[in-house]
Amino acid sequence: MAQLSADNHGLRLVVRYTVLGLIALIFVFPLVFMLMSSLKPDAQLLSDTRSLRAFLPVGDISLDNYFDAFRRAPVGLFIFNSVIVTGVTVVLTLFICSAAAFAFVFVDWRGRDLVLTLILATLIVPFETIAIPLLLIASKLPWLGFDGLTYGWLNSYQVQIIPFVADGLTIFLFVQYFKDLPGELIEAARVEGASWWQVYRRVVIPLAGPVLATAAILKFLVMYNQYLWPLMVVQEERYRPVMVGLQYFFQLNRAWGEIMAYLSLITVPVLAFYLFLQRAFIASIASTGVKG
Amino acid sequence: MASKFTRSNSTGWLMAGPAAVLMGLFIVLPFLFAIGLSFTNQRLISPNPTQFVGLSNYSQLLGVGLLTLEPERNEAGDVVRAEDGAVSYPALRGYTRNNPDYPQLDGMREWFSFSLGESRTYVLARDVVFAKAVVNTIIFVLVVAPVQGGLALVLALLINQKLRGINVFRAIYFMPVVVSIVVVSLLWRFIYDGQSGLLNNLLSALTFGAFPRIDWLGNPSTALGAIIAMSIWQAVGFHMVIWLSGLQTISPSLYEAAAIEGASKWQTFRYVTWPGLRNTAVLVLIVITMQAFALFAQIDVMTSGGPLDSTQTIVFQAVERGYGKQDISGGSTISVILFVFVLAISLLQRWLTREKK
Repeated sequence: MAQLSADNHGLRLVVRYTVLGLIALIFVFPLVFMLMSSLKPDAQLLSDTRSLRAFLPVGDISLDNYFDAFRRAPVGLFIFNSVIVTGVTVVLTLFICSAAAFAFVFVDWRGRDLVLTLILATLIVPFETIAIPLLLIASKLPWLGFDGLTYGWLNSYQVQIIPFVADGLTIFLFVQYFKDLPGELIEAARVEGASWWQVYRRVVIPLAGPVLATAAILKFLVMYNQYLWPLMVVQEERYRPVMVGLQYFFQLNRAWGEIMAYLSLITVPVLAFYLFLQRAFIASIASTGVKG
Repeated sequence: MASKFTRSNSTGWLMAGPAAVLMGLFIVLPFLFAIGLSFTNQRLISPNPTQFVGLSNYSQLLGVGLLTLEPERNEAGDVVRAEDGAVSYPALRGYTRNNPDYPQLDGMREWFSFSLGESRTYVLARDVVFAKAVVNTIIFVLVVAPVQGGLALVLALLINQKLRGINVFRAIYFMPVVVSIVVVSLLWRFIYDGQSGLLNNLLSALTFGAFPRIDWLGNPSTALGAIIAMSIWQAVGFHMVIWLSGLQTISPSLYEAAAIEGASKWQTFRYVTWPGLRNTAVLVLIVITMQAFALFAQIDVMTSGGPLDSTQTIVFQAVERGYGKQDISGGSTISVILFVFVLAISLLQRWLTREKK
């Protein structure tokens, strides 16, 4: 009997892992195809789709597509733009939203509840429903820069950054987290004569590591993958981020190998970052689910 | 914590002010603008002053009408038939162009039609493309919300087992979520390709060549379905993780009690797991619905709304008009309509899944 149930157990394990593995294949095959195709010349790339060779690094393998992609478009510039826009937005968001949440949770001020309610109400407004009027507003806003006072934010970094540095979800995440911190700690610091800035900087922020990571990861994903907004507000190459830069590869003669190389180039760093910080990524998404 | 040490109006406004001002300027103001502009003829750049046009943007987009026509008859009263036996009807143009008897149909075009007995009923719309966009978006939402939510729950239940290495599978299922939808859409264009597409090659290999090759994105009857399948593939891992966090809030002692009572797997799910997931279910449905209504990038990269408007969507139309044609008022009107949809569906889902006492 013992022997039989052990076999049974073993068999069930095999079935479970097989099911899990087959599902994993469904999720991973397009990405494997992308990586492998980026290494192949166009003719082979197309003919390989008829067999499993599409998913294997076989045949005429080289990095030529990558070099060609850099020759075809200012790929380095696009990556630089995306890094600037994403990086600056993440840093500003963490600062502005954590400060706001600090004020909502720890400071007692007139208008607090009303402002917080309004901010949380924006969660039901999808970005897509305000994108068009926002385009009109962005085309008219003043900006004080190196060229003095100018009007219209189209084709700039700030138009890709500033509208996104304060958002309801990030503030909500900070508020939820701060509520669980011991309020007596903050009051004690105040009683001892610490300024509000010192309390924020030396007491609360050092305790906020997990929520800072969560907010940073979510914002990073949203900003790096943004498409609709930069498509509308950035026509000049100088400010183009990677997702909009893709258009270069669809003009004139279309080279699939180069497209695959470009896609790999802009995706692999994110995937590597994700696999490296996998637990934190998944915890970030899970924490957005607490709001039910 | 109401003490003199925590009370400070200036600190409150100083710290919350930047976020409040930015959100006012970039979320609340454009939202109010969308409503205001939808009653005007505002364009991005225009030499003429903006005018108030009342509800005409809305009636232009949402105007629909019905027209039932009897077949044409000859003098003897018999139905006129073409050589192939098809019944012929009077031309629609006679009713939709300056016909004083049908002022409400003026300027409309045929959306679709159906026959009842000998008569034929035409459903007309003032803006047929937008009407199709609304229907496509609703189909997309109605399919994606339950299917993606359901599959995500199945995956979450699979991942929730205690198995060595289960986190590896969780990480893999979640992987497409971190990849840009633009990148995913491009990759799937290759999978759906009518010539060397991976899907056609796979189906033809599995059926030994019996399955005909289909241009999945170039065929009006398969294009929307293809985009639905890909969208689910990309986002299902996101909701799997949300379900998982819901599953982990269910107390293990409930499962132990169920096991002691001798409950079957289905009974355990039905009476322990599912009741514990009620709040998660509401959240998952609302989030998927909101994301699904915003369908844009897939369309822009894969089909541009074609073939034959079979993949037009509300947001794609808003962008095409508001940005492409610089018709800010038209785009804003579509945005307002979209918001009303999203709000209505969220309220409906909340009501349907409310706690029953």
